[in-house]
Amino acid sequence: MKSIAALAPARTMLGHQLAGIFQIEVARTLRGGRTLFACLLAALPITLFAARLVLPAHPHFLQNAGEITGLFAILFQTFFLRLLIFFGCVALFMGSFRGEIAEKTLHYYLLCPIRREALVAGKFLSGTVAATAIFGSSVGLSYLLIFASPPGLLESYVLNGPGKWHLLAYLLVTAMACAGYGALFLTLGLFFRNPIIPAAVVLGWESINFLLPSFLKKISIVYYLDSLCPVPISQGPIAILSEPAPFWIAAPGLLAVTVVLLLIASLRLRSGRVEL
Amino acid sequence: MSGAESSRTVVIEEVSKFYGDVLGVHRASLEFRPGITSLVGPNGSGKSTLMNIIAGLMRPCTGRVVALGLQPTEPEAYFRQIGYCAQFDSFPKGMSGLEFVASYLRVRGLSREEAYRQANRALARIGMEAVAERKVAAYSKGMRQRVKLAQAIAHEPKILILDEPLNGLDPMARAEAMELFREFADQSRLVLISSHILHEVDQISDRVVMMNGGYVVADGGIADVRSDIPEQAMQILIRCTDPSFLASRMFELDHVVEARLQEDGKGLLIRTRDADRFFLSLNRSVLEHGLEVESVEPADESVSAVYEYLIGFDGRLE
Repeated sequence: MKSIAALAPARTMLGHQLAGIFQIEVARTLRGGRTLFACLLAALPITLFAARLVLPAHPHFLQNAGEITGLFAILFQTFFLRLLIFFGCVALFMGSFRGEIAEKTLHYYLLCPIRREALVAGKFLSGTVAATAIFGSSVGLSYLLIFASPPGLLESYVLNGPGKWHLLAYLLVTAMACAGYGALFLTLGLFFRNPIIPAAVVLGWESINFLLPSFLKKISIVYYLDSLCPVPISQGPIAILSEPAPFWIAAPGLLAVTVVLLLIASLRLRSGRVEL
Repeated sequence: MSGAESSRTVVIEEVSKFYGDVLGVHRASLEFRPGITSLVGPNGSGKSTLMNIIAGLMRPCTGRVVALGLQPTEPEAYFRQIGYCAQFDSFPKGMSGLEFVASYLRVRGLSREEAYRQANRALARIGMEAVAERKVAAYSKGMRQRVKLAQAIAHEPKILILDEPLNGLDPMARAEAMELFREFADQSRLVLISSHILHEVDQISDRVVMMNGGYVVADGGIADVRSDIPEQAMQILIRCTDPSFLASRMFELDHVVEARLQEDGKGLLIRTRDADRFFLSLNRSVLEHGLEVESVEPADESVSAVYEYLIGFDGRLE
């Protein structure tokens, strides 16, 4: 009998293991109803912005780059981050482990001689790639479509102006949102049989973030994502104002939270208390 | 136990598992050696719980499991040795049989080429090579059961745990699967099977563990387990030239509780409370009266009979 351990050094073996997880997760993702739901969510703003191009609009509505930049900033922080990406990640990541528990297929993974941290990382990366591709496309296309009218603005402001850096920043924030919310929902899926309840609690907490005092704002994901957005928006008259986190805290902080959440998920898997 | 011995056995010590207030397994202590061991018991008796605990998928509330000197808390080493075919008829979506087996081999750390080579070999071993490229969703129940078996054996595990592996298989496939289990056991590997098809358990098992209500109620070779139930009169079937005469002689013995002639008139079924004394009396009768005996064999040294004595068929298997 050929020993599997003898076939490859540890780093190569980890590469094979992650490739195996990707192969399985891609097949699952492509046929999952949850992916369809995420794609429908992502298609919503694209449809709306495309419709704006063909439907007659008020002649003075959104005629300059400043207005459109401000509107997109509001849409991104309220609609994209707090609704589309949030619920998209609930759909894509809650099922990462919980879906396999429900379908009774998780044991195939658990019986593999793979570090539980690597298993969690493999599933998380597969989900993050899928979520970023879906919502990154949505954000990117929406940005391009919103600047497609009036004519010439796309070229002058986005392609040859500061708009391209804003777009890049929004795409980066989208990726970080997918990673942050992804890690959170993937982990919650290992603890709760019905993940809708914790997801609702998280949604409530993230939604009232603007009303929270400064120290509580920081115990959230959306605070760091808002801080990373290129165009700040008004939080409204009743908001409790606080300074956004500087980039050098927000970006590494969010990544650190992601890593901590994934470690908690790994410990949970290692504990053997996940029901099959 | 010596190091060499512990590297070949699975030991469970005082293992208990509760699901809330519901008992799964209670204080089970067993040692499994290479060969085929069957777990038998009614639904809810704790067979699958015990298998999941040994497979390392479930952690017991108390007690511990050591397989080949390893514990499930070291998944990277432990699961290298385990092959497990669960009772669930469930598969990851969107994969062919070949992709299913190969992709989990890749998660085990094999390169793509090696994973597909081993997956093809495992599928050929269980007669699935012709449909390997077909989607699992398009398989019949028997095919799905076989592809699960292929997945369980593809990495050549030293411990093979099979929860109802014969479910859904046609008679030919069952015979082939049992041959495969025997082949594994003959290579000094440990095969642990749960099945409700008692006559097949009888055919393939070196040892039987009977469970009921979360407790291990019997454990050993089937003849040993049978002899440990003295309160049940032993049944012996004798094929001879004059069974009617032999029956009349046997009725004179106080430990014989029943003597029944077989329908073909050439056999006699005896139930006795003392097998040793019965065999002495039988020898004497045969010698004194010149009877020609074709065969003498126990009629209830079967899993089915022992199951009925210990558990009763009101705890029906399915």
